[in-house]
Amino acid sequence: MALKMVKGSIDRMFDKNLQDLVRGIRNHKEDEAKYISQCIDEIKQELKQDNIAVKANAVCKLTYLQMLGYDISWAAFNIIEVMSASKFTFKRVGYLAASQCFHEGTDVIMLTTNQIRKDLSSPNQYDTGVALTGLSCFVTPDLARDLANDIMTLMSHTKPYIRKKAVLIMYKVFLKYPESLRPAFPRLKEKLEDPDPGVQSAAVNVICELARRNPKNYLSLAPLFFKLMTSSTNNWVLIKIIKLFGALTPLEPRLGKKLIEPLTNLIHSTSAMSLLYECVNTVIAVLISLSSGMPNHSASIQLCVQKLRILIEDSDQNLKYLGLLAMSKILKTHPKSVQSHKDLILQCLDDKDESIRLRALDLLYGMVSKKNLMEIVKKLMIHVDKAEGTTYRDELLTKIIDICSQANYQYITNFEWYISILVELTRLEGTRHGHLIAAQMLDVAIRVKAIRKFAVSQMAMLLDNAHLIASNTQRNGICEVLYAAAWICGEFSEHLQEPHQTLEAMLRPKVTTLPGHIQAVYVQNMVKLYASILQQKEQSEEKDAAQEITQLMIDRLPQFVQSADLEVQERASCILQLIKYIQKLQTKEVPVAEEVIALFAGELNPVAPKAQKKVPVPEGLDLDAWINEPPSDSDSEDEKPKTIFHDEEQRHSKHRQPEIDEEELARRREARKQEQANNPFYIKSSPSPQKRYQDTPGVEHIPVVQIDLSVPLKVPGIPMSDQYVKLEEERRHKQKLEKDKKKKKQKKEKKGKHRRHNSLHTESDEDIAPAQQVDIITEEMPENALPSDEDDKDPNDPYKALDIDLDKPLADSEKLPVQRHRNAETPKSPEKEEIPVIEKKSKKPKKKEKKHKEKEREKEKKKEKEKEKKGEDLDFWLSAAPSAASTAQSPNEPSLNTVMAVPEDYEEPKKEEREDEDDDEEKKSSKHKKKKHKKEKEEKSKDKKKSRKKKHPSEEEQVEAIQNGTLDDEPLPPMSSYCLLAENTFIKMTYDIQGNLQKDSQVTVSVIFENKSDSFLKSMELNVLDSLNTKMSRPEGASVHDGVPVPFQLPPGISNEAQFVFTVQSIIMAQKLKGTLSFIVKNDEGSTHEKLDFKLHFSCTSYLITTPCYSDAFAKLLESGELSMNSIKVDGISISFQHLLAKICFHHHFSVVERVDSCASMYSRSIQGHHVCLLVKKGENSVSVDGKCSDPTLLSNLLDEMRETLAKC
Amino acid sequence: QKSTRRVNASEDTQQQIIRETFHLVSKRDENVCNFLEGGLLIGGSDNKLIYRHYATLYFVFCVDSSESELGILDLIQVFVETLDKCFENVCELDLIFHVDKVHNILAEMVMGGMVLETNMNEIVTQIDAQNKLEKSEAGLAGAPARAVSAVKNMNLPEIPRNINIGDISIKVPNLPSFK
Repeated sequence: MALKMVKGSIDRMFDKNLQDLVRGIRNHKEDEAKYISQCIDEIKQELKQDNIAVKANAVCKLTYLQMLGYDISWAAFNIIEVMSASKFTFKRVGYLAASQCFHEGTDVIMLTTNQIRKDLSSPNQYDTGVALTGLSCFVTPDLARDLANDIMTLMSHTKPYIRKKAVLIMYKVFLKYPESLRPAFPRLKEKLEDPDPGVQSAAVNVICELARRNPKNYLSLAPLFFKLMTSSTNNWVLIKIIKLFGALTPLEPRLGKKLIEPLTNLIHSTSAMSLLYECVNTVIAVLISLSSGMPNHSASIQLCVQKLRILIEDSDQNLKYLGLLAMSKILKTHPKSVQSHKDLILQCLDDKDESIRLRALDLLYGMVSKKNLMEIVKKLMIHVDKAEGTTYRDELLTKIIDICSQANYQYITNFEWYISILVELTRLEGTRHGHLIAAQMLDVAIRVKAIRKFAVSQMAMLLDNAHLIASNTQRNGICEVLYAAAWICGEFSEHLQEPHQTLEAMLRPKVTTLPGHIQAVYVQNMVKLYASILQQKEQSEEKDAAQEITQLMIDRLPQFVQSADLEVQERASCILQLIKYIQKLQTKEVPVAEEVIALFAGELNPVAPKAQKKVPVPEGLDLDAWINEPPSDSDSEDEKPKTIFHDEEQRHSKHRQPEIDEEELARRREARKQEQANNPFYIKSSPSPQKRYQDTPGVEHIPVVQIDLSVPLKVPGIPMSDQYVKLEEERRHKQKLEKDKKKKKQKKEKKGKHRRHNSLHTESDEDIAPAQQVDIITEEMPENALPSDEDDKDPNDPYKALDIDLDKPLADSEKLPVQRHRNAETPKSPEKEEIPVIEKKSKKPKKKEKKHKEKEREKEKKKEKEKEKKGEDLDFWLSAAPSAASTAQSPNEPSLNTVMAVPEDYEEPKKEEREDEDDDEEKKSSKHKKKKHKKEKEEKSKDKKKSRKKKHPSEEEQVEAIQNGTLDDEPLPPMSSYCLLAENTFIKMTYDIQGNLQKDSQVTVSVIFENKSDSFLKSMELNVLDSLNTKMSRPEGASVHDGVPVPFQLPPGISNEAQFVFTVQSIIMAQKLKGTLSFIVKNDEGSTHEKLDFKLHFSCTSYLITTPCYSDAFAKLLESGELSMNSIKVDGISISFQHLLAKICFHHHFSVVERVDSCASMYSRSIQGHHVCLLVKKGENSVSVDGKCSDPTLLSNLLDEMRETLAKC
Repeated sequence: QKSTRRVNASEDTQQQIIRETFHLVSKRDENVCNFLEGGLLIGGSDNKLIYRHYATLYFVFCVDSSESELGILDLIQVFVETLDKCFENVCELDLIFHVDKVHNILAEMVMGGMVLETNMNEIVTQIDAQNKLEKSEAGLAGAPARAVSAVKNMNLPEIPRNINIGDISIKVPNLPSFK
């Protein structure tokens, strides 16, 4: 045995290790492939050996080869073997290899489940760590499901090293197994406050990642994150949180308001550029979300823009890039503030870094206005000429078009200029965006009627110079513009100056080298052109010329008939026959032009791109139903060989009967419509036939003809767009002049001139009238279009599965699958293991089903309330804090403000409260209280913001409580349900107990801790001696003797509230629990450990939950006879009945069902579902309370408590 | 000699991404910004390449919009400094011959595409502890192998030192976008 070992290690000396392999590969540069295949053979031999060290070495080498791109999936099983080695050294090698080459499709991956589970629970933290790291790379849905629970446990591991890895990997688990998110979330949330910064940062990381995808579910965490943001010093965590807030603010604008201040502070204070940048980014996001109705944030915008300018001006290219990136975000909502930095951005266009230039281009897009468009585009055109790489040039080209066409050509004042820009762009070589230019040309020509004449002349020129453009069709896409040119010339042929020349240009033999779809358009539009020429000639009675042109067509068209492209061939042959027929008619001297032109009568209207989608499906039309039964396979063969001859035959037969030519024409028109429908180019045709025959509005829309006169438009060759810039300036000048003249007719010319000079600079956008009064035809939509824009979200989005409401309480069924008995055997048969898991799963629900359903109904209701409550909490946090911030309270713990007792303000709120009440009472009714509270709360919070006053929260509660009972408007003294728990020189504790709506045996104790000393209180721990009946719920793993840490520290003078949950078995008796609060007092002299004992009193009242009840339900309840009865009488009551009811409602959680004079019925419910009904009668000096309750003990205890309350009055 | 860290893509795409990335990154000037807009290859416009250039080495990270750009640059710096500490004056050859170690260090910083730890001291402590563990496991049995490798390494100077191809380490945080 020993000998074997020695032999093994001696063998190993001669095996190649990783270093040898690397060296070998480097020495065999010429025949690398051969060398590697040789190595792989060696590795295969090594893998066959028993020695795990040899195997690990082999796997290590394989990992390297995998990195070089060689397939090593064949060794997956060996990798698993190495993973299961007992030594960490080998295990690590195995996991590394697995993380590199395993993926979801690897079938052996399911063999690893048990191995990984074993490693996760290994006593060696590095075994666990390496397993977690590996798992994070190859986790599959199955692995995630089976291991989720194990990883959950690791999240509370004692070692932070493991905790942070476990927390981080949960994200991967959530992605693969979304069901685990809800059960795991509470613990994940806990980890946000983990003492170890690494774990904390991991938790922040995971939650940020989750929240980025589905932010709305994480809004309720905002207060927690806010706290972290103001307390954390780790920049990495801060950046994450700030980024998260950036994602949250669009959903909750009030959050943004809260954020602005701390963020601006950070911006001013931080030295880390990365943090500064992210702060600016989030402030921008906030501003975007606030953009409506928050006028006074211009300071923040200015700050951002200013900081960004510093970034952009920095010599560090990275900062410059990011600055531009952020700037483009501001641009969307506050273009004005960015426009002032135009100089800087134009400067960036000259940067040698392409990324920066691209960013600057993006910015330019938003910066254009009517005034500067020409200037900017001119600059861009210069860049187009200078640009070297085609990618950048293409980018420039698309940007120019984007900039000009944005917002329905909003910024274009002179379309002639734009057309000439487009024409200039056609001279670019090797661009891929020919189709873009073509689309623009078409769009402008169709939609801007006034420009057609000019457009047609330019297009005719393009067609004339087609040889320049089409010279090397193969490698550039610019010939696409010919498509547009041909169509425009054809469709608007009436505007052509020399149609004959254009027609000839289109009939050139060179055209046949163009791509098929362009030729097809050529052919089609030749006929349009021909038709218009024909009409012209006939009108001027030049019969010879007309026949000549027909002959020309007949001569040239055959070259298209021979085309290999089906579309071209079909169109050409069809048209050729048509023209031959026309020729026949011409020889008979029949005027044909009118009929030919009728082929193309009608106006094409642009249609909105979504129009087709929005046409509602008519009732009774089933689009999925077969119109005809699908033909059998044998039929389809017959359809194939439909050739031209077939068509021609038909046509010939029609030629023999010329008397039906009208019909023929009509049919052709139909056919043409059909063709148009099929031709993508014709998409813009109108779907509603009645609009087809609209007349073109006259050309009188063009107001400014005088400039056009000054410079001849028919510039020989291609015009320069630059001219237009000058022209435009002149034109504006003139306009200005005219305006000025009108205004100041009485003034003398000299003064006018002087003024003009000034006004040039102050000219605003509105003053610039466009050169062409273009009625940009709005795109048509079907009349009964569906208005809603449905979001087309990708249903396969993996993050969608994680869109889970985390505020809902956990249902019983939502538990992670736990494996109870671990299979000790080696994982030879994975199927065996799978089965029990599934069985367990299916059994569980069955057992619980019945119970579950019953509970479910009740829970549904409760859940809703719960949700409401949560929402309110957040609302409250959001609405209360700004007022606090404005009074410059320490922003450290903003949630404190809600419970801070501020003596100075005490008087004021009272008064304010009364006023509020007066308002409220007018519209009060005893029903639907809940909703009202909410509204009122909101109203009040608004009021508060205005008056910038603070209100004690208990008073607010009190208002609610009063509303339960009050019907008349009597002022009430303030009440607080918080009573003293214990107090010493350092700290004062007050508490309140509330039943938990969600669980029938839980109550929540809210304790307010107020630091009365000048020292810093920390490490507070609250412990209670559990009784048999009542137990404090402690974090998992803690023993009954451990205290529960208070999740905050208290600076001097500050108070904060913490909540503790207790489980109660029986609620019919009041209880007292002894407890201790231990804490550390820290001041300049040092720190001391202090204790404070207290007694926590659980009254029966605290188990009651205010539940509204209708009188009929109340009556039924009393009639049922299931309730036992008891009564008390208290003498010496002096306060009004009104106040009395309010007190009972507030302190004992009742609601008023009905009130008649000095008699009222009240109702409440315990957390365990006991009904409690009261009849309260007031005599001269006494009050009698008759109670009915499902439990006699509970009732008598309750009445005793009530007696005490009443006796105080 | 590229060290890569990619999961979830077939071998071909992986190699293609590396080639493309190297091509993109290596032709950039020294004084341009360190970010590259994501092409289709690296999973759409949400993703960015962020790189740093050290002598003959490029460290390239591919990140999506949830990461802070400047933060990642810092992270690369931390990574390089960590390498420097772990290898004691790291040089290119260290990375080439000890790819496995580089991976292990990286695993302590980035896990499954998410940043795990940014504190260098913490990382180094963990790496050292793991190395110690490894050494204790190797014990006597490992001695001969170490001796052999020492002998083998004596040939090192013969290896051409001037290699132009950098070390490209690509990690893809948020892998799902790659499916």
